[in-house]
Amino acid sequence: MDAQTSSSTLQTSGREAIIRVHDIVVGFGDRVVLNHLDLDVYRGEILGFVGTSGGGKSVLTRTILGLVHKTSGTVEVFGQNLDDLSERERSALERRWGVLFQQGALFSSLTVKQNIQFPLRENLKLSQRLLDEIAYTKIEMVGLKCDVAEKLPSELSGGMIKRAALARSLALDPEILFLDEPTSGLDPIGAGDFDELIRTLQQTLGLTVFMVTHDLDSLHTVCDRIAALADGKVIAAGTIEDMMAQQHPWLRAYFHGTRARAVQNARRER
Amino acid sequence: MPHASLISVHSQDDRLTVAGRGAWTSEYADELEMAVNDTVHSYAKPKGVEIDLASVERMDTFGALLLERLRRAWAGTGVEPTLVGLAPRYKVLLEELSRMGHEPPPPKRRHEGILERFGHEVVNAAKDALSLLNFIGATVAAMLRVLARPRSFRFTSMVNQVDRVGFRAVPIILLITFLIGCILAQQGIFNFRRFGADIYVVDMVGVLVLRELGVLIVSIMIAGRSGSAYTAELGSMRMREEIDALRVMGFDPIEVLVVPRILALIIALPLLTFIGSMSAIFGAGLVSWGYGGITPDVFLDRLKLAIDLDQFKVGMYKAPFMAATIGLVACMEGLRVGGSAESLGEHTTASVVKAIFLVIVMDGVFAMFFAAIDM
Repeated sequence: MDAQTSSSTLQTSGREAIIRVHDIVVGFGDRVVLNHLDLDVYRGEILGFVGTSGGGKSVLTRTILGLVHKTSGTVEVFGQNLDDLSERERSALERRWGVLFQQGALFSSLTVKQNIQFPLRENLKLSQRLLDEIAYTKIEMVGLKCDVAEKLPSELSGGMIKRAALARSLALDPEILFLDEPTSGLDPIGAGDFDELIRTLQQTLGLTVFMVTHDLDSLHTVCDRIAALADGKVIAAGTIEDMMAQQHPWLRAYFHGTRARAVQNARRER
Repeated sequence: MPHASLISVHSQDDRLTVAGRGAWTSEYADELEMAVNDTVHSYAKPKGVEIDLASVERMDTFGALLLERLRRAWAGTGVEPTLVGLAPRYKVLLEELSRMGHEPPPPKRRHEGILERFGHEVVNAAKDALSLLNFIGATVAAMLRVLARPRSFRFTSMVNQVDRVGFRAVPIILLITFLIGCILAQQGIFNFRRFGADIYVVDMVGVLVLRELGVLIVSIMIAGRSGSAYTAELGSMRMREEIDALRVMGFDPIEVLVVPRILALIIALPLLTFIGSMSAIFGAGLVSWGYGGITPDVFLDRLKLAIDLDQFKVGMYKAPFMAATIGLVACMEGLRVGGSAESLGEHTTASVVKAIFLVIVMDGVFAMFFAAIDM
C-alpha cells in the first residue's frame, strides 16, 4: 500500500505540491476517521477524491480548511504550515482558496449578487461599479443569466444554487477550489455541464481543484488524478487508468462495479 | 501620471501606447480602476491605441475585466485598440471576458416608499386576521377528525410536548412569579403604610395575582419560551420540506404536528398558572413577613377573607384560552415560513409579538365579560 503511494509520488515528483497533507490523524471520540493519512495535490490539476460513504472524505476536506480539529499531523498549503500562521497570515491565505459546499451554503437573506459581493466587500476596497461588473462577470462565467443576480437563493433551482455558490467561491479569484460533491443532486445533463464548466474555469483561471465526488462520469471526464480513501488512509492515487488497474477489493468494486461498467460501455460507444 | 505604477501612457501624433505594469490583480483593483478611468478620460479620442501588456506580471479576473473596460471604452469611439505582449496563459481568460457583459443588468429590487409600505402593512394585517381564522377552522376540523377516530391521536407526541412546554418550564415560571409576588408585596406595603393600611396588601396581592397577573405573566412567558420554539420547529421543518413529506404520505400536518402541540399547551398552561400563582403568593407572604411584619398566620387569615373561589376560577378559566391562542399563532406562523433563514426569524418574532398582543387583548375582553356576569 505504501509502495503504491510512494510510486505515484515519484511519477509526479517534478511538480509543485500546492496542498501537502502529512500524517494526519483525526478522530471523533474513540473513532479514528483519518489514520496517519498523506496526500499531495499538485498545482494546476483537478484531483478527484473518492471513498466510502462516511469514510472521511468530507472530514479531510474540512480538516484542510480548518473546520475540523486534527489530533496530529501537518497541513501545508502554498508551502505554509497552517498551524504556524498568525491570524493575519491565515486570513490572507483563506482569500486564496474558494469552497463550494455541498448544499451551496449561499446566505439565504442576500441576493445572488450580494452573496458574490460579500467576500469582495469584506476583503477589498472597490467601487460599486467594479463590484457590480465583477458580480455579473462571475455570474456569466458559471453559466447563469444576469437576471438571477437580483434573486434570492430560495427563488433558484438546485442546479442554479450550485452555480451561484460556485460564482461566490470564485469571487476573489482563488488559486485553489474545493468542491464537495459538486454534481450530487444534479440531473445527468446538468452534471455533465457542470463538469465541463469546472474544466473550463480551471483552464481559464488556472485553478487547482480538489473535488470530493461520487460521480464516476466526473472522474472519467474531468479529473486529472484520483485519490481513493479507505480505512482512514489514501490507498491509491493516480490517473483513472491507474485506478482501474488496482487490485484492492474496494477499488475493484468501485471502478469495475455495475455502474462503473455502464459508464465505461457508454464511453466506448461514444 | 498619478497611477504610473500600474499604467503609463505614451502619446505620439494622437497615437497612444498604453503600457501596463506590475500586478493587475484583486489587491490593486482599486488603483487600477482609477488608472483605467483616468486614462480613458484623458485620452478620449485617439487615432490609434496600442495596449502593451508585456510588463504585467500577474493578472486575474479583476485585471482582465478592467482591461476589457479600457478596450471597450475606446472600441466604443471607433478605435479598436491592439493588444500586444499578452502572456499566453491569460488569453483564454480575456477571450472569455470579451464574450461577456453584453447583457443589460437586471433591474434592481425596488424599495417601497413609506406610504406604499403602510398600505401593504394594512392589507397584510387584514390577511393575517383572515388566515388566523382559517387556521382556527382547520385546527378545529382536525380536532374533530381526531375525536371521530381517537386512535389517530398522537398521544406520545402530546405527552412529549407537555413535558417540554409544561414540566421543563416549571423552574423559570416559579422563579419569575415568585419575584413578581415579592415586588408586588414590597410596593404595596411601602405605599399602603402611609395610610396605615399595610394589611390590605394581602387583598391586593391575592386578587391581582389570582385574577390577572398569574395567568398573564405565565402566558407571556410561555409565548416567549414555547411559542417561539413551536414556530422555529415547524418553520425549519417547512424549510427542509418535512411538512411536504408528511403531506404526500397522506398525513395532515395540522393533525400530526399542530393538534398535539396545541393540546399540550392547553394542558400545561393552566397547571403552570396554578403553580405560578401559588409561587407569587408565597413570595408576597415572605416579603410581608420580613418587610411588613405581617406574620404568616395573619397573612393566611386575611387571604381567606379577601378572596373567594371565584377569583381563583376567573384566572384558571382564562388559562386554556390563552394557551390555545399562543399555540394557534405560533403554529400558524411556523407553517408560513418561507425558504430563507431571514424568513424564519421574521415569523418567530411575529409569532411572539402577535401571541403576546392577543393574550393581552383577550385579557381585556375577559375582564369585561367577567364584570358583566358579576364574577
